[in-house]
Amino acid sequence: MKHEALLSCRGLEAGYGASQVLFGLDFDIHAGEVLTLLGRNGMGKSTTIKTLIGGLRAKKGEIRFGGKPIHGARADAIARLGVAIVPEGRQCFPNLTVREHLLAFADNRNGLRDAWTLDRLYGLFPRLKERAGNMGNQLSGGEQQMLAIARALSTNPRLLILDEATEGLAPVIRDEIWRCLDQLKAVGQTTLVVDKYVEKLVLLADRHIILERGRIAWTGSSVELDSDRGLWTRYLGV
Amino acid sequence: MSSVATLPLPAGAGARPRSAASLLPWVVLAVLAAFPLIAPAFGLEYYIGFVRRLLIVMIAATSLNFILGYGGMVALGHAGFVGVGAYTVVAMVEAGVGSAWAAWGMAIVISAVFAAAIGAVSLRARGVYFLMITLAFAQMLYYLAVSLRTYGGDDGYGIYTPLSLGGLDGLHADIFYWVVLALAALVFAFSSRVAVSRFGHALMGIRDNETRMAAMGYPVYRIKLVAFTGAGAVAGLAGALLASHNNFVSPSLMHWTESATLLVMVAIGGMGKRWGGPLGVAIWLTLAEVLKLYTEYWHWPIGLMLILVVFFAPKGVATLFERKEKTQ
Repeated sequence: MKHEALLSCRGLEAGYGASQVLFGLDFDIHAGEVLTLLGRNGMGKSTTIKTLIGGLRAKKGEIRFGGKPIHGARADAIARLGVAIVPEGRQCFPNLTVREHLLAFADNRNGLRDAWTLDRLYGLFPRLKERAGNMGNQLSGGEQQMLAIARALSTNPRLLILDEATEGLAPVIRDEIWRCLDQLKAVGQTTLVVDKYVEKLVLLADRHIILERGRIAWTGSSVELDSDRGLWTRYLGV
Repeated sequence: MSSVATLPLPAGAGARPRSAASLLPWVVLAVLAAFPLIAPAFGLEYYIGFVRRLLIVMIAATSLNFILGYGGMVALGHAGFVGVGAYTVVAMVEAGVGSAWAAWGMAIVISAVFAAAIGAVSLRARGVYFLMITLAFAQMLYYLAVSLRTYGGDDGYGIYTPLSLGGLDGLHADIFYWVVLALAALVFAFSSRVAVSRFGHALMGIRDNETRMAAMGYPVYRIKLVAFTGAGAVAGLAGALLASHNNFVSPSLMHWTESATLLVMVAIGGMGKRWGGPLGVAIWLTLAEVLKLYTEYWHWPIGLMLILVVFFAPKGVATLFERKEKTQ
């Protein structure tokens, strides 16, 4: 099936002050695709995401989302175009209940069919329905992670970005997050995932990008990554 | 493109449980409204003016609490907007305007313009840098007032013909008190309503996690600027009322120590608490008034009280009375 590029990066360079982190990244994310950004710590995964969502200004290069250039846009403007992030550390609001989290940001900004309603989100995460009245800080780590994903989905994003969504979670909770991501893929949600559980990611994602010192070292399909364990040891430290 | 105004309110936002305690504001309002009628019977005429001043400072504190408590903007120049409001009244009087409503209205507009301009620059900074920039702007306004010889410069400006309240003037000798009370109630009710609105929730979200709110699509800078401008406008109203209250305006009104005192009053009352501003002002000014009867070193006991508040009610005295208010 032929997908159009929802997001495309060309010659992307970014960094912090004089310290350059990304050196000319070229990649596309197609509609309905699940793409992963892999690499060891400090290789530029978080910087790439930060640049994509407008948290860090690109020094050079171009980022287009839905055909529109977004490399100079503010974070809130990019979010309104349909990019939602599930941040590292969840960052739930302690003074909002679960239900309020899911209603406060709810919007179908891009007029998507099958919009994420409260009931659909509760269907995806039944645990959140049970905790509907709990405040953001009265949840376990796993529940907070589910809430962070559901909160991002409530904006009906065209692109969902997950930054280390399973980090620090118990295995049973991690499995629940993977199950949810499987379901999102099944409904055609375009997703960019940063995570370190490669064995799970090869089952979930369509394509993978391995970053090495701010450059794309390898890109390929799940079948290719699964069959070349040398890549795992060379670039991912697995 | 979505905007903050078009998004749905969180369910239950703004809903408050009804109880006997919810009648308390109305009881306080009734007592305050009756005060000028009762006070002469107890020989407390002097305190009518005192309560009027209290109400005016409460307006300023409520506006500061809105940006400080709900918006997390620690501004150390709020008295600058109070001063702009007061000097706008002076300028109107000097230009021959005798209507209080016109002078106060213009004070609100001019203060809002100053707040928008100062906010547009200072809100690009955060934390201690924001504090320093607001302080610098307020001090610039202070020295501007000192240099304005037409308006009395360092000596200040006396308003010898009190502004007219139009048809209300002949109703009662203390009509200005009731006008101030009505305006204070209006400002307080409006501020409370906005705090539980979608805009107020967005502002609190920005206070708690600015990056997250931007990533969820909220125009953080614009929301903060609107809040800052609104708070500046209300502070300008307080300044205009203070000018009418004292019939005198001087640059000392906008000295940085006045901004700091306002900040401390809000901190004592409770930042981001509905009653924080008025409560802090009531405690500070009443204690100062009472202690001045006994000692000229009244700052000492107030300092002691500050220490006690820090230890026993670090989030403000308002927290001692509140039930769990999850939206704040």
